[in-house]
Amino acid sequence: MTKVAKGTWVEIERILLKPEERAPNLPEETRKCSYVLRISGFLQADAEIGAEVTVKSLIGHEHKGVLKVVNPSYGHSFGTTVPELLTIGSEGK
Amino acid sequence: MRDMSYAAVMARKNEIMKASMGMDYNDFIQSPIAFDYERMMRETGYGLEDIVRIQTETKVGHTPLYELTRLTEEVRKFAGTGKGATILVKDEAANASGSFKARRASISAFEARKKGYKGLAAATSGNYGAAVASQAAMRGLKCIILQEVFDSRGIGQPEIVEKSRACEAYGAEVQRLSVGPELFYQLLMTLENTGFFNASLYTPFGIKGVETLGVEVAEQVRQRYGKNPEAVVITHAGGGNLTGTARGLLAAGCDKTRVVACSVDLGGLHMASDTDFNRKSFTTGHTGFGVPFATWPDRVDVPRNAARSLRYMDEYQLVTQGEVFYVTELLTKLEGLERGPAGNTSLTAAVTLARQMDRDQVVVVQETEYTGAGKHHNRQLSFARENGIEVRVGDPKDNVPGKAIVIPERLEQVRGKVQDMDKLRLSYLKNAAKAHPVEQWTEGDYAFLAADLKKDVAWVKSAIAGIEKN
Ligand SMILES: Cc1ncc(COP(=O)(O)O)c(C=O)c1O
Repeated sequence: MTKVAKGTWVEIERILLKPEERAPNLPEETRKCSYVLRISGFLQADAEIGAEVTVKSLIGHEHKGVLKVVNPSYGHSFGTTVPELLTIGSEGK
Repeated sequence: MRDMSYAAVMARKNEIMKASMGMDYNDFIQSPIAFDYERMMRETGYGLEDIVRIQTETKVGHTPLYELTRLTEEVRKFAGTGKGATILVKDEAANASGSFKARRASISAFEARKKGYKGLAAATSGNYGAAVASQAAMRGLKCIILQEVFDSRGIGQPEIVEKSRACEAYGAEVQRLSVGPELFYQLLMTLENTGFFNASLYTPFGIKGVETLGVEVAEQVRQRYGKNPEAVVITHAGGGNLTGTARGLLAAGCDKTRVVACSVDLGGLHMASDTDFNRKSFTTGHTGFGVPFATWPDRVDVPRNAARSLRYMDEYQLVTQGEVFYVTELLTKLEGLERGPAGNTSLTAAVTLARQMDRDQVVVVQETEYTGAGKHHNRQLSFARENGIEVRVGDPKDNVPGKAIVIPERLEQVRGKVQDMDKLRLSYLKNAAKAHPVEQWTEGDYAFLAADLKKDVAWVKSAIAGIEKN
């Protein structure tokens, strides 16, 4: 396993509520899942992926959880082109 | 150690709320139904002029109002003789953080700073998170945003992923959560642990902040057209956009202006469902929020909701996802404006309204919002396809939420659909009866209900008698 160095920007995950601890009246498909938190922060001590760690968030608050991602990034995009949109509004040209 | 179980935290709700807002709702509450709404709004202590000043400090308000001449022309091509009102749009994307939600966050941030809180927290998956984060940044406050982002596969709705990014860009801590109403539980724990100010969407501060939007619409229309607008269309989810704007319009003397709500029809999709979560191509401005919030506002993260849309609503239009995507594309191609989904929802209804209204009338779309990666309609459509939803061109009446998105072939096919207002009011009354048994309703309750439904007491009495009989 590779060590992730203290101070690295990482994402952790923590189960907040197990299925049996969740709110009443949830639809079946939701009730069978745990309620999960993901949060990014700076790793507070060297650790390996999968370990219980502490991070410090952008506002300096500490959170505990399982180390999941190193240098988490935003991959959202404009998506693959939807050709149906291309011709809208150019009919008269 | 305090008990952090779901039930225990929820049971501490009232004390947590009180500490996190510096106001006690018990001062206004009269019964399980009624409270002194106007006094609560007044006792925020902020008048319109104060709000304008506070908002101007943090890059909010004074947004442009544009006439959509080419879109109006297109509508007039198929509207009947003498029909085809002028469509105007208020470019709320020009606010700091890119939407009208900056108005809503601005007073909370000011109030939190004034009262000495170290930071703000809010549970919101939408533009409001970015708005709170941006306002907090300008006021030198810390900010925590809690969002419902991903399903049990770990897949995030692209628009909400963009919201996570925006909040972190403004320096906020973002707590990304899986699907479920326990967002509120996590908010309560966060407020309790941090002592931060509760920048809920539904406080009087939030709604007062939106009143300036209605006032600006009134003033800008009067200045340019020498009259009040005949209709204002407002995208509706939790109801704060409509409530604040309508209150502003009234404050500016527009008591004849028709206030039209609009939501995207997502009928049949469950809001707390892990599997429906990523089958929605809209994250707000849809019926999944719009209908429950209109028919029972007091379901929120504060003891009484300052957003009460049926008090102000004259009409409620529904549009399909495909219709909104079509009109979004037209706004870009004809008017040279690339804008996001929520504002374009009311724009879509405005097409239908303009077609029915006289040519010399004006209909105002009171907001736009920014667009970009994740929020863009191309991403929402490609995401829908990836999730097995059929996307095709055809007649929008074949649109089925969560199954098929049908993009109209021609503008003429954009027709929307009106909701039955009295049915909504009856549904509200049924919810009121659940909250407080009808036998115990006092004259004060009836008066409150009448005001909340924009009806008179006689109407409420006969409506509830009808419900009780069935
Ligand atoms: C840009 C935009 N427009 C409209 C709405 C709907 O507002 P409300 O929830 O106050 O009805 C929202 C928020 O949900 C929004 O972000």
